[in-house]
Amino acid sequence: MGLFENFFRSSPHKSAALAKERLQIIVAHERGSGRRGSPDYLPALKKELLEVVRKYVPVDQSQIKVHLDREGGYEVLELNITLPDEEPRSRRNPESLPGPGQG
Amino acid sequence: MATVIVVTSGKGGVGKTTTSASFATGLAQRGYRTVVIDFDVGLRNLDLIMGCERRVVYDFVNIINGEANLNQALIRDKRVENLHILPASQTRDKEALTKEGVDRVLNELRQSFEYIVCDSPAGIERGALMALYFADEALVVTNPEVSSVRDSDRILGILASRSRRAEQGDPPVKEHLVLARYAPERADRGDMLSVEDVLEILGIPLLGVIPESQTVLQSSNAGVPVILEDGSDAGTAYGDLVDRFLGKNLPHRFITPQKKGFLKRLFGKG
Repeated sequence: MGLFENFFRSSPHKSAALAKERLQIIVAHERGSGRRGSPDYLPALKKELLEVVRKYVPVDQSQIKVHLDREGGYEVLELNITLPDEEPRSRRNPESLPGPGQG
Repeated sequence: MATVIVVTSGKGGVGKTTTSASFATGLAQRGYRTVVIDFDVGLRNLDLIMGCERRVVYDFVNIINGEANLNQALIRDKRVENLHILPASQTRDKEALTKEGVDRVLNELRQSFEYIVCDSPAGIERGALMALYFADEALVVTNPEVSSVRDSDRILGILASRSRRAEQGDPPVKEHLVLARYAPERADRGDMLSVEDVLEILGIPLLGVIPESQTVLQSSNAGVPVILEDGSDAGTAYGDLVDRFLGKNLPHRFITPQKKGFLKRLFGKG
């Protein structure tokens, strides 16, 4: 049966997958202030970012803050990771208070 | 207490009026006093789909302007009890629908009907905004096609920000997805967005899937809401949709390709 189908039909184009991908991008972009205050991917984004950072530095769940802002026509994704106080390896910054994580 | 339901989509030609006609007819068939209002001022069409175009005397704008009363303008359906149609005006004055006027008419309709179905025009202009402003629930009609899905997402944003419920901080308008003109075979082959794809993008609950069907055009030719076409796939799908809206838990049909026999696969059209 499957053989028959493959024989008589041209190979699938899978254009639906392309449509979906394009839609996801444009819809995420256009979802302005109106709908859903913060996008629902934020928690997942936060979790994954934390996992990446943890590969290098031990940080706690509570030490990462992700914030999405809209200014004019722009969306600003703000990411704050508080790195733990460790034994000074190099010059120690006198103000080792919350600082932006380095990407 | 009457429930106001807007049938909306953003994009034109996706099946709003077809859905409004069948949805309202289905509610009335099940015993609910129902009125369906055409909000497409200047481009009246619900009357044609409902088959009552020759019985229009007064319209929505006449009532708003006090030129007629509701009983003069409401058209009683001849096939289904409990069903009334309020036609749109053919005036070209787009300002004719005022928020106060629509509010007043809806309040009067609330006295005698259980369900008020508002058939929205396409676009996001005044008519569309008026149709959704007073809504308690919304049927968002979408086709499995990029422009329709995008426009539906825009409309969902407008429902969430510019409806009366949003403005007054009441519980939000309850959203339902109606996926129309669906072709399971094409989705299965990967050249049409699938039900799951559309649900994933829009993120609202699915009320019904209406299969692409020749019966829809045939019934509109005849001025009969397709839900009255017994045995047709689109009509059956609308029947299920209405039952689901009223709280029945029914599985979705017409979302997987129908099995075809060997000969049909060879000689029938794909």
